[in-house]
Formats: sequence, C-alpha cells, structure tokens
Amino acid sequence: MAVHGFRRTATGRIVLKADDVERGLLATLVGQVLELVSPEDDPWGSDADPLARMVGIDPDAERPDDPALARLLPDAYSDDEEASSEFRRFTERSLRETKMNHATTVLRALAEADHKVTVPTSEVPAWMGAINDTRLALATRLGITEENHERFYDLDEEDPAFVHVHVYDWLTFLQETLVQAVTGLTSEPPPGWDEQD
Amino acid sequence: MVVALARAVRAACDDDTVGVAPVELDRPESESVTAPDRPWITIVWNDPVNLMSYVTYVFMEYFGYSKDKAQKLMRDVHNEGRAVVSNGTREGMEIDVAAMHGYGLWATLAKDD
Repeated sequence: MAVHGFRRTATGRIVLKADDVERGLLATLVGQVLELVSPEDDPWGSDADPLARMVGIDPDAERPDDPALARLLPDAYSDDEEASSEFRRFTERSLRETKMNHATTVLRALAEADHKVTVPTSEVPAWMGAINDTRLALATRLGITEENHERFYDLDEEDPAFVHVHVYDWLTFLQETLVQAVTGLTSEPPPGWDEQD
Repeated sequence: MVVALARAVRAACDDDTVGVAPVELDRPESESVTAPDRPWITIVWNDPVNLMSYVTYVFMEYFGYSKDKAQKLMRDVHNEGRAVVSNGTREGMEIDVAAMHGYGLWATLAKDD
C-alpha cells in the first residue's frame, strides 16, 4: 500500500491522495465509528417527550459500558458521578451527532472521490474529527495506554495485534499529514518511530 | 447552554419564593446578595493517542490562542499529564468541555481550589 496522505497543493487546496485499498479501509473504519456512536435506540421516537426532543435531552444517557465508546463520550467530571450523569443527559446526544456528522461527511466524500480526495475548508474539522475518533476507538480496542504505548512500536509479526497496530500507525500518519497540510504544525516523532518501516 | 438552563429551572423550583404567589419585596439586603460563583477550570488530560500537532491545532482553533500559547499548553498536557486550558463560570467550562470532547480530547471541568 503506497502511502501518500494529505498535502496542500500549490493552489492551497487540501488533497488526500489514496488508492482504492486505502480509501476502502478508511471508509470501513470510519463506518465502524459511525455505527459505534449512533444511538442504539431512538429516544426521540414519536412517543418521546417533545420538549426533551427539542432541546436535545436524552434522559436515558449513561456512561457506555464499551470502553471505546466511553473514550469517545467521556465523563465531564473526574470526581463527581452525579454531575457527570447530568452533563451526559443534556449533552451526549449532541456530541454523538457531532461525531456522526463528521463520519458521514468523510464517508460521503470517500464514496464520491477517485484516487484524489479534495477536502474543502468547511470539511476540514469533519476529517480531523473522524480520523481522530477512529484512532481513539482503535487505540482503546488495542489497549494502547500512556504507560504501555511504547511496546507497540516493535511488535512481533506473529502478534495478533500486529496488523491492527499498522492500521493505527497509518491513521496516525493520515492525521499528522492532515494537520500539517492545514496548519503547518508538526508533532515531535514518538520514541521508536525511526525503527518502523 | 441546556445544562445551565436546567440547573436554573431546578434552582427556581427549589426556591419557594419563585412563583405566582405574592412575594415580600422588602427582603433584607443581605439575603438578596449571593456569593459570586467561584471560578471553574477546564482541564485537558494527556493520552497516548492525540497528536501534539492536533492538540495544538485544537487550542488555536477553538480557544483562539496564539501558536506559542497553544504549544505551551500542549507541552504541559504532554509533560505534566494535564493542563488548565480555560477558566470562568461553570456553564462556560461545560461548553468548553463539550467542545473538547467533540474534538476527541479528554477534558473535564472542576472547581478551581
């Protein structure tokens, strides 16, 4: 898989160069995030409290059991469960919709594009958010934490996580090139980065 | 924001002086003066996923911070494990935390003790 990532063209457009395999993989992963953040049931069904629906309150919102979803929809208070629950009831629906909109924007662009995907300025936040959410979900699934993340840099090829870590690295590369293309900002390479092929 | 509205409505419900019943208007001055809300802070926590460049971008984009300030806060998050990125009213910090969650940053709010 030849990897190009995002770049800024001479005319200032943000372009993702990606072959069919890359675009297909990205669409699959972003589609999984879309499914993950989409509510299981619709508390805004026809019998829902119209006022709650109008202001976006989800009276049933609770901290997700799935750690990947809990990372995407985190608690707002580190030491106040009651305040976190209240915050969640009033804001989680809107947060889910933000993330669903980001994913949908990227999926639509990927479906319409060929090997070059032009990202209009108005869609930059959606691309940044969707790729980042995908990295957050994948990192949680892989069990990457602040304490252990360095061990993932030299994983054995036999390790079941090997392929997933490479996909994660590729998403990281996409995100890094996107931020750089948009802002010119770069990250310091993480330890062990040079050893990667 | 909705949370603030809900909190105000609940406070009004708990306060039995609010309502259509006649109220005593010449209450002593000391009762009508409430203590000013103590400042609240938004904290962004370190995680192994969010890129340094992305975190800097978010601080510049959302808070309108200069590149220098955004990069300093990003390094504080990275090196100290957390950084206070904004302060103000509880309602304001709830808006900031919700925005940070929208970007995928791990943020919480707390009273500034």
